[in-house]
Amino acid sequence: MYDAMLAETVTIAGHGGDEIEAYSARTMQPGPVGGVVVIHHMPGYDRQTAEFTRTFAVGGLNAVMPNLYHREAPGASPDDAMAAARAKDMIPIPDERIVGEVAGAAQYLRGLSNSNGKVGVIGHCSGGRQAFLAAVSLPLDAAVDCYGGFVTGTAPEGHPLHSLPPLVERVADLSCPLLGLFGKEDRAPSPADVAQLSEALKAHGKIHEFHSYEGAGHAFLQVDRPSYRPEAAVDAWQRIWAWFGEYLAG
Amino acid sequence: MCTYLTEKVSISGSGKGPAGWFRVTDASVYFDHPVHAQAEHTLNIDFLDPGAGPAARVAVELTAESARALANAIEATLGSVPPGLL
Repeated sequence: MYDAMLAETVTIAGHGGDEIEAYSARTMQPGPVGGVVVIHHMPGYDRQTAEFTRTFAVGGLNAVMPNLYHREAPGASPDDAMAAARAKDMIPIPDERIVGEVAGAAQYLRGLSNSNGKVGVIGHCSGGRQAFLAAVSLPLDAAVDCYGGFVTGTAPEGHPLHSLPPLVERVADLSCPLLGLFGKEDRAPSPADVAQLSEALKAHGKIHEFHSYEGAGHAFLQVDRPSYRPEAAVDAWQRIWAWFGEYLAG
Repeated sequence: MCTYLTEKVSISGSGKGPAGWFRVTDASVYFDHPVHAQAEHTLNIDFLDPGAGPAARVAVELTAESARALANAIEATLGSVPPGLL
């Protein structure tokens, strides 16, 4: 397989047309190829999620990760940007802004010269919920939710998401097939939350495939965290490649 | 779970970061996913001077047990200060 790629920091038009920072990793294949918007987790626009982004490019896709905290701390290191956003009461980032940033990232991908016009989204942790949010808000071709909490169910009293209607209420608007990857020992989403989401998707005739792994909890894809579960992660990555291979091809 | 919950407090003092000492005016205290500590959730404190930019930060990520021990140590230390110094 031809695996050359180019990874670099770029500027894209995000929510409201504002310029934000993003990390772009593009296959050097002439195409046409699909693209993936990668949504980072709460700790930020970090090295680990950049690695996810590059992995897609090595595998023959284009990928871009918008820096969701860029507006709060332009030019800052990822962890300082997260802390700045938190200090400014901007964590979690409002859903409307997330959708705008993902829409801008999708537009960036569709505008690449080797694009086939198809764009998927993937996110982990808080980004898993935001991947689902994007998929019920934007026209996309595939989505992957990696253990995103509070798509179903209600966040605890006092939690910033407590007052928001559960995203599952918008399941009828899901624009694309959804792959869900979960750990059976996770509490958010719990196995009951995952089952509820699956039932809602079935009830609305939405294409989806869920995998819940024994012995895995939250963040089982994070290779440098104690939560890493290699057996689950290896299988999950195979599922991700198969999903994007099926729905972003052409 | 991302808790997102953050207690913010105005403080007065100094902290030392990679560029040396700087004044700290604000602190964020939160129990959430850490960046570096090897735990799913930690008690995190950012000592900040927002006026000096995002990098003016001293950060710690502590296990819940060690955070409680630290809080107790702070209270014990302040409680043992000789009269007239506080």
